[in-house]
Amino acid sequence: MEAAQALADLTEISAQIEAAVLAKADGSIVASTTKDEGRAKQLAEAAVELVAAGSESRSEGPNLELVQLQAATPRGSLFVARDARHVVAAITGSRPTVGLVFYDLKTCLRMLEDEAKADKAAQAEKTDKTEKPAPQEQANVGKATTRRRTPSKKEADEGS
Amino acid sequence: MRARNFLAGLGLLAAAAAGAALWLRRGTGPREHVDLYYADGSMVSLASGSPEGEKLLPIARRVVAAARG
Repeated sequence: MEAAQALADLTEISAQIEAAVLAKADGSIVASTTKDEGRAKQLAEAAVELVAAGSESRSEGPNLELVQLQAATPRGSLFVARDARHVVAAITGSRPTVGLVFYDLKTCLRMLEDEAKADKAAQAEKTDKTEKPAPQEQANVGKATTRRRTPSKKEADEGS
Repeated sequence: MRARNFLAGLGLLAAAAAGAALWLRRGTGPREHVDLYYADGSMVSLASGSPEGEKLLPIARRVVAAARG
């Protein structure tokens, strides 16, 4: 699935999301629902900036990686969810259903991750097939084989 | 006289109900805050006015204002 398609699905399933941007961890835009490139860039940069600042605000303790955030303002809310490779940011109205928006953002990230894994697996399988010839044992699977009697066995059989 | 008292009471009641509605609306309005969710399942809520909240909220205000026009 393309990133643009994942974002389109996101805005289709979530009526509360007015604009969304998918970016790499460094803030470079992968896909956006807004046609205004400047706004998309601003949203992506703000998402990365908020994640960085939010991570700094609680740095003690193990496994305290910031995974998602909501910034609520009187004019609307900014939601950010992230995984190891991507950050997805969305703008909603002033009274969003927080859990639903987060669920939709994480679904978008998960779809991209699943797709990337599937692509990787398909690529690996393809390279395996082209590089390695099929082993002999596997080639014989399912084929009937005949056993030849050794001369000593043959003599023993005839003698008895 | 009785009808006048009844109307005055009704007006007073309506005014009280309107006041209560306005007060409730004001009390439950969206307050500025930033909620941070961490990988271990914990959440930290930073209110507007707190030092950390004031570090994050201006970024959000700017982007939301630009996006929503």
